[in-house]
Amino acid sequence: MSVVEQSDRPGFIARMRDTDIWYSFVRNRIVMLAAFITIVIFLGALFAPLVAPHNPFDLASLSLMDSLVPPAWMEESDPRYLLGTDDQGRDILSAIIYGARISLAVGFASVAFAAVLGISLGLLAGYLGGRTDAIIMRIADVQLTFPSILIALLIDGSVRGIFGGQFSREDSAFYVLVLSIGLSFWVQYARTVRSSTLVEKNKEYVQAARLIGLHPIKIMLRHVLPNVTGPVLVIATINLALAIITEATLSFLGVGIPSTQPSLGTLIRIGNDFLFSGEWWITIFPGIALAVLALAINLLGDWLRDVLNPRLR
Amino acid sequence: MSAPSDTDVLVRVEGLTRVFDLSKPWLNRVIEREPKRTLTAVDDVSFEIRKGETFALVGESGSGKSTIAKLIVNLLAPSGGRLLFDGDDMRKATSANARQMRSRFQMIFQDPFASLNPRWRVGDIIAEPIRAFDLASDKASAAKRVGELLETVGLAASDAAKFPHEFSGGQRQRVAIARALSAKPEFIVCDEPTSALDVSVQAQILNLMRDLQDEFGLTYLFISHDLSVVRHMATRIGVLYLGRLVEVSEGKALFQNPQHPYTSMLLDAVPDLDMTGRARTQVVGEIPNPIDPPSGCRFHPRCPLANARCMQDSPMLQPTAIRESACFAVEEGRREVPNTSTAGAK
Amino acid sequence: MTDTPLLSVRDLVVQFPTRKGVLTAVDGVSFDIKRGEVLGVVGESGAGKSMTGAAIIGLIEPPGRIASGQVLLDGERIDNLSVSQMRRVRGKKVGMVFQDPLTSLNPLYTVAQQLVETVRTHLPLSEKQAREHALALLDEVGIPAAKRRMDDYPHQFSGGMRQRVVIALALAAEPELVIADEPTTALDVSVQAQIIDVLKRLCSERGAAVMLITHDMGVIAETADRVAVMYAGRVAEIGPVRDVVQHAKHPYTQGLMGSIPTLAHDSDRLVQIHGSMPRLTDIPPGCAFNPRCAHAFDRCRQDRPSPIQTGERAVACWLADQEVGQ
Repeated sequence: MSVVEQSDRPGFIARMRDTDIWYSFVRNRIVMLAAFITIVIFLGALFAPLVAPHNPFDLASLSLMDSLVPPAWMEESDPRYLLGTDDQGRDILSAIIYGARISLAVGFASVAFAAVLGISLGLLAGYLGGRTDAIIMRIADVQLTFPSILIALLIDGSVRGIFGGQFSREDSAFYVLVLSIGLSFWVQYARTVRSSTLVEKNKEYVQAARLIGLHPIKIMLRHVLPNVTGPVLVIATINLALAIITEATLSFLGVGIPSTQPSLGTLIRIGNDFLFSGEWWITIFPGIALAVLALAINLLGDWLRDVLNPRLR
Repeated sequence: MSAPSDTDVLVRVEGLTRVFDLSKPWLNRVIEREPKRTLTAVDDVSFEIRKGETFALVGESGSGKSTIAKLIVNLLAPSGGRLLFDGDDMRKATSANARQMRSRFQMIFQDPFASLNPRWRVGDIIAEPIRAFDLASDKASAAKRVGELLETVGLAASDAAKFPHEFSGGQRQRVAIARALSAKPEFIVCDEPTSALDVSVQAQILNLMRDLQDEFGLTYLFISHDLSVVRHMATRIGVLYLGRLVEVSEGKALFQNPQHPYTSMLLDAVPDLDMTGRARTQVVGEIPNPIDPPSGCRFHPRCPLANARCMQDSPMLQPTAIRESACFAVEEGRREVPNTSTAGAK
Repeated sequence: MTDTPLLSVRDLVVQFPTRKGVLTAVDGVSFDIKRGEVLGVVGESGAGKSMTGAAIIGLIEPPGRIASGQVLLDGERIDNLSVSQMRRVRGKKVGMVFQDPLTSLNPLYTVAQQLVETVRTHLPLSEKQAREHALALLDEVGIPAAKRRMDDYPHQFSGGMRQRVVIALALAAEPELVIADEPTTALDVSVQAQIIDVLKRLCSERGAAVMLITHDMGVIAETADRVAVMYAGRVAEIGPVRDVVQHAKHPYTQGLMGSIPTLAHDSDRLVQIHGSMPRLTDIPPGCAFNPRCAHAFDRCRQDRPSPIQTGERAVACWLADQEVGQ
């Protein structure tokens, strides 16, 4: 698309270092710490098979002899299991690393789904206006009256009702979660994008594009979209934390990821059964991991909002 | 003024009208028992723009001048009236025809900070019309053309790689002009092209626009609220008041002896460098709310010459030697308008 | 007493620390305003004219600050007053009129309430007297049927009427100095003429001095007694308005005047100053105007000219200096 030679321009990194975002980032210790934690957890989750000491999904390696081993600094512990094991002898640390992987996958996928859906509908509603706008935004209003748990239960139920035994729970759980969390989040994107689009579409650069007879879809994608993504990025970051927590909630309630391939939420639920019999580590460590992850991402989101939206400061 | 033959006229506007619906949504109207509310922004406006001239429209806020600009370039659909571009009705053109017609006119906007997409490089912005109308065979020739255009408007070809925020207001307006020129149009609508700029920059842009007109034989529709800028740029001038054209005149004649009382008032109101101690008539009143305009001649509540007829009937544009004005006082000879010899010269 | 100017600004410097270094928005500005005089301050955007006005009334947003120089009102320094002392000076001794009348008025209170509050803050009047005073003010600024309309809210007035209300508010406490920052820029030409009339008439009746900040040379020419032309945070030229407009001495002023299209005569081309005003981050050494000046010579690129006084006029240009020397 570009007819521009870019060779004599400063490189991307040099330009990044000159921006206000970088300036604000290197002057904010808490944000740097949050970013560090987020990156560590992301990398750990991404390279789980390399990082984790055990493979908790490998049923052959599990031994009931190793079940309910306490963390390494307690009595009767086993040095192989730093944070102890659960009732099936799974290493908690490895389960957390693998669980974070599933939680993050659900989080990213559902945020991406919600964002694509919300941005498209918001663009259409804002740019076309009139009846399209009215219909889309009324659907959004109705959508907001359903809590995500209800949607998850509905989708979960109907998927199982329609496809019956075709898919196992393990296969469908991931998609059901992404669909239900995504559906309950898209409204926020649609509303934000719609209102920015209403502002942008009256700007003269959009009129200049209309003047030469460009197709409305082209104008939306090429001109309006790049100028409304700033707030979307902020929402997406904060939503990622929210999606991970929602996933955990749903899994905790038993409508999410099944216990054979546990996410963080599933781990907490499993551990919950043992909390009163003294095996606290099964639920506490995944809980801490979840809280730290959500907090770090939230801090990053808040900071992004402040940087990208100077008026909110 | 001999009536211009059709070949001289590039744009003909006949009875152009645009009504905006300001009503609340249907449900709110029913519940709150409010009637429909409409605003007639442009009311039965007719004029023509001849090839190679600069036709200016002046007016204050609510006069409908920007609405007319958007109607002419097809960014808004008229509620009534006809628009002929080089003899063809713009609304009735077939799609292939419309595309061809679109490449012949362009627009320069008021706000150089909003008229360039902030996420695009200047080179891509200027190249967009070239791409849209398939005017370049390949990327290299498009880039070459962009470079030439940038130099034409007084920037460097290497500026193509920069983003709009790296330029000052005046430079951005140059970029906007380069974009307008890139599809080689014959007709450019300039909607307050310098009102967002400082005076010294305004002078640069106005000079540039004149040079380009000479170089490419462009026809301009120049929209402005600034009478001194209009005086400097225009061949002929139309004065708008609350959506109606009250006077159309050759440029010089308008300033030497304005016919319509509104034009005189406007001229008296302009603060001028030359503090000539002109006998000023005190300006009275403000522009009425366009949603609820006065009856008859819309200027009558502020007009020193208004009588009973002005309150009831709307005056039509009455052609005289070099100008037309819509005023009963002029028509009936209640207003003394000296006909200077210089005015008819040209 | 009458010899001391009402407002005296001495070598005022306003700076903004940023991450890329300190920006000097106002750089060594000096001028006086006498009682009953209208001083026009004109310049293009970024010239520092509004910043000068804000500095005088202590309304510079932090981190910006007055780095050096003095502001004397009636012979007393007001640039080093505390926030609460400054608030008393504003309103009582200095009235302000800004570009956008909507932001100067509180949308939640009626015009009468706002006027009465201002009047009673600064003058020892009863509620009833203050209301009468407010009504008289509204009449004076030309609000038709003021008695009926004074209990309306700001949004019920048109733009021109709102600006009249703002002027009434600025004059409510009988200030000695009125600072008007682009008071007519947001208004239509026909309304602008009326507002200028009102402002000028009321201030001269009260003997108040006016600092009129605007980018519109026409407004200055018709309103001001003297004019200061600002460029890149500095005063390029200051003097009686007729002299400056018709016989500008500073090359920038000359260019500025030539670049304004006028109603009176035809001109084929406007005088054009090449380039644009430097950003505050890279003001050239020497005279700030030297890269754009047709007459610039070596000295202009090295030394910064300070205003050279000849009679009533002062010009910050080495050319004028040579003239004086000969």
